[in-house]
Amino acid sequence: MRVGYAGWAFAAPALLIITVFFFVPVLSALIVSLTDFDLYALADIRNLRFVGLDNYRQLLHAPQFWRAVANTGYFVAVGVPLSLAASLASALLVNSRLAYFSAFFRTAFFAPVVTTLVAVAVVWRYLLHTRYGLINYALAHVGIHPIDWLGDPHWALPAIILFAVWKNFGYNMVIFMAALHSIPVDLYEAARLDGASRWQEFGRITLPMLRPTLLLVSILTVAGYFQLFAEPYVMTQGGPLQSTVSVLYFMYEEGFKWWNLGSASAVAFLLFLMILAVTALQVRLTRDAQAR
Amino acid sequence: MSVSGARVLLHALLLGAAAITLFPLLWMLSVSFMAGGEASAFPPPLLPAHGTLANYRQLFGQQNIGRYLTNSLSLAAMTTLLSLLLNSLAGYAFAKLRFRAREPLLRVLLAALVIPSQVAMLPLFLMMKWLGLVNTYAAVVVPAMAGIFGVFLVRQYALTIPDELLEAARIDGASELRIFTSIVLPALRPILVTLGVFTFLGSWNDFMWPLIVLTDQGLYTLPIALATLSREHVQDNELMMAGAVLTVLPVLALFLSLQRYYIRGILMGSVKG
Repeated sequence: MRVGYAGWAFAAPALLIITVFFFVPVLSALIVSLTDFDLYALADIRNLRFVGLDNYRQLLHAPQFWRAVANTGYFVAVGVPLSLAASLASALLVNSRLAYFSAFFRTAFFAPVVTTLVAVAVVWRYLLHTRYGLINYALAHVGIHPIDWLGDPHWALPAIILFAVWKNFGYNMVIFMAALHSIPVDLYEAARLDGASRWQEFGRITLPMLRPTLLLVSILTVAGYFQLFAEPYVMTQGGPLQSTVSVLYFMYEEGFKWWNLGSASAVAFLLFLMILAVTALQVRLTRDAQAR
Repeated sequence: MSVSGARVLLHALLLGAAAITLFPLLWMLSVSFMAGGEASAFPPPLLPAHGTLANYRQLFGQQNIGRYLTNSLSLAAMTTLLSLLLNSLAGYAFAKLRFRAREPLLRVLLAALVIPSQVAMLPLFLMMKWLGLVNTYAAVVVPAMAGIFGVFLVRQYALTIPDELLEAARIDGASELRIFTSIVLPALRPILVTLGVFTFLGSWNDFMWPLIVLTDQGLYTLPIALATLSREHVQDNELMMAGAVLTVLPVLALFLSLQRYYIRGILMGSVKG
């Protein structure tokens, strides 16, 4: 009995914090999203009205919301595969038996991950500067005219994707490196005895053995990329022409600039649903691929 | 391809990739020592003509960045200490102490990991406003005092503590609290370092929540101050780079000194899913 008591006492403080500051707000968000919570309700709660699914209905008819969804979808659809490819490629390079100084390279590739996003976003904003930026300077050497990276609606999101890949690929690289380590060496030795080429080894052994890791890493990365916010906040402020407004950026403006907290809560839930739907799709596709 | 040819190609690729990841960071450092306006030139200079500390002097003087540095440091330190305590108590309880509803609770927590924290953000803001905590450090520290990820990280590690060790102490008449402080905490040390580094970096780098809840300039953390500064001083590249250096350097140094622990945290976190 004494043990039962202690267990609760030990777990209670953390559970209390998690309940009060996470579970209660999440459930409240669901309720707030069904109301017209705005500046007037903030001043006097008696102005609050229950509006059912109106917030959701209005969002689904708002072009700006769809713009934010499309931008975020683009960021996820292009950014995640690029990011995973960079992670896997760098993990293979660093893990190679021929590589010297692999500890140094691992640290170098990982360094951007721990940096403060706002600070390196400021650095990249300068690197991407149309006139003085080093990226355009380097491109000029191969005959490419200066690109107005952050000022051109066609280039702003690609520029942010490049930045995000640079910042994040080291994280998944570390996970891939551990997964590569756990592939039994004799599989490769057997393949080599059978005269398999490097590419065949990669396609027939490495990739299939990495499949569980790939699924896990892509689920985590997709969830992370859906939460795009600080990059556009610092680098473009959502512009030019709304081309970098993400769903979270939209939620932030709706909630904390216009104080439409009801509508902003609905945005948060729609984002959550999008992440869940894409995750379910990924699990489904991986299962199908395995079944084949 | 011969082995030596492959080796040369491999290292060319590795060096190229390392140049891409490290260059922005090194250049940030270099530009931070340039005189005002020097970096706004074409072609962009790689090294300062005459190294100067003027940018840092201006940041600490006019821009009062020492204040934000202290804010960030104390917030991250408080969050780390408190969350280590609460998460280790709960993580150990979930691993080694039997109590009612333990397994269902664990399942609820695990399932809740998929909910993005931003879903809670708007009501959390209202709650803080109602409690009168907007524009106080408590609004940042208190919600971060315990986290599902932290509880699970400690739990995974605590599962490896042998039961016999705990039973022996109980037979000797040690109280549960005593067992926790003299047996469990020392055994958990490595994972607490891991979680500590994670929490400190997370708190230091956090942007969206402090941006929402700390609107009083005197309370700004470094990232918020830097973002605000960069919106006002779009042209002052050298000054911004110095600010970026001050923001990044402490966490980079912390990571480099405790790298092993940090990477283990990533691996444990990903295994657990």
